[in-house]
Amino acid sequence: MSIEAREARQPWILLSPALSAVTMLLFVPLMFIVVYSFWLRSAVGPDTVGFYLDNWQRVLTDDFYRYILLNTLKIAAITTILCAVLGYPAAYFIARARGNKVLMLVLLMLPFWISYIIRTMSWINILGSSGALNSLLMTMGVISEPIRMLYNEGTVILGLVHFLLPFMILNIYVSVDGIDTSLEDAANSLGATRWQAFLQVTLPLSLPGLAAGGLLVFVLGASSYITPLILGGPRDAMFANLVFEAIITQLNWPLGSALSLLLLIVLGSLVLVYNRFLGMSQLTRGLG
Amino acid sequence: MRGDGKLGWQAIRLYAICVYLFMFLPVAVVVLLSFNANQFGAFPMTGFSFRWFEALWNNDAVMRAFRTSLILGLLTALISTTLGVLASLALVRYRLPGRNLITTLLIAPILVPEVVLAVSLLLFLNFIGIGKSMPMLLAGHVIFTLPFVFLVVQARLGGIKRDLEEAALSLGASPMQTFFSVTLPLLMPAVAAGALFAFTISFDNITGTLFWKPGGVETVPTQIFAMLRHSISPEINALGTVMIVLTVGLPLLGAALARKLATKRGG
Repeated sequence: MSIEAREARQPWILLSPALSAVTMLLFVPLMFIVVYSFWLRSAVGPDTVGFYLDNWQRVLTDDFYRYILLNTLKIAAITTILCAVLGYPAAYFIARARGNKVLMLVLLMLPFWISYIIRTMSWINILGSSGALNSLLMTMGVISEPIRMLYNEGTVILGLVHFLLPFMILNIYVSVDGIDTSLEDAANSLGATRWQAFLQVTLPLSLPGLAAGGLLVFVLGASSYITPLILGGPRDAMFANLVFEAIITQLNWPLGSALSLLLLIVLGSLVLVYNRFLGMSQLTRGLG
Repeated sequence: MRGDGKLGWQAIRLYAICVYLFMFLPVAVVVLLSFNANQFGAFPMTGFSFRWFEALWNNDAVMRAFRTSLILGLLTALISTTLGVLASLALVRYRLPGRNLITTLLIAPILVPEVVLAVSLLLFLNFIGIGKSMPMLLAGHVIFTLPFVFLVVQARLGGIKRDLEEAALSLGASPMQTFFSVTLPLLMPAVAAGALFAFTISFDNITGTLFWKPGGVETVPTQIFAMLRHSISPEINALGTVMIVLTVGLPLLGAALARKLATKRGG
């Protein structure tokens, strides 16, 4: 074999383990659950192989499933907006701060290293019946017995915002940091106030970062099921909880496949729309 | 930020500080409560004590979960880093047709919602005869961590110049020798960063793990989850503190050590 041919083969040899892993552990399994979603659960014994539309009919027409799906999208949307509102000024501050920039950045990375479940359950210490807030209010004499603040939709959103905010800040930061400050200065020297300069120069230029952060937060928020289990009440199930119920509790794997695929289709189409207009590079920039 | 912007800038600074407090205060409370002497481990703080750490040490279920998480994390880091480093090398070093497509394929596991990834892997591996087990957990953790390792390693690889390897080759080293005595030492920071990332993500994973773990096996996060279902006991806060020390302290220590070694070698 010639040297050129060997050179040309080398990268594919290096890539083959990772590509095989992704193929065998992601793409083939995804295709498999497409097939599985047309099978039927049998009362006893293995699932019935075939082509049945029952699961899909149930997933697409059941009012309860539709309600949970819409509610999940609503929760994810609120979470995304809150993250943007909380995250943008913070990200802007880090990008434009001169003093403790490195410290702020290290602190920003820290939540990524702190366990998700610890961060989620930490709110029980704050809002629980014997948590910090209740004991503070009781010591101050504002209330005589603990108020129930936990286990509702609000705390689910709170938990999601707390978990996802760093993703948003990081993405906006990367974007704002890449904007030349002399652009703002130029706008100022042309008579714009700081606020006008921000609205008409910086904000539009940082929209790709905001969009990347928004997409990440929305998709991660809409597909979570641990946060509602820990911080939500029995009626605060999100769509991924339905999937978990079907697969783990009811062992109805064909139905669980259809539910998973519906979630994938809904969130996947968002990712595709994003990719069509903005491309993936902004996302990978924030993650790298 | 002078003149009319000054007040606005102060407001932004205050806002940013509040956002940081929001991110860290609850976690600080976990650490604080884990040293609480109070018998219920809740407020008010009645004194400083290590009793909950002691209880943790004597809790067999927790110690078992720790061992499971540790082994799983190390194996995940080993496999994921190997795959990720090889793939990054291919993409950084060679002009490949369709490299954007390849990159998208390799980061696809984080573009797919984790629940969907978890369900499809569970059902498929079960179909081909691998039930819920450690191998399934390992496969899941590898595929889930691979994109992160790949992105981190790829970002760090870009800075390494090809000249040094070419010099070694032209001086008569075999490709193997070149890789192990030139390329790998240069790669080490990237490899270490990737491995650390994979370990931490694996150690922290719960979404997929709850689908893949066999009955009776718990990792630290699933153990905490199971304990939460009973009640919030101060032991959980102690466990949280230990996890924070492990997943935050070790990387920081590692980074500090690496910097120290680097300056020593440099000077």
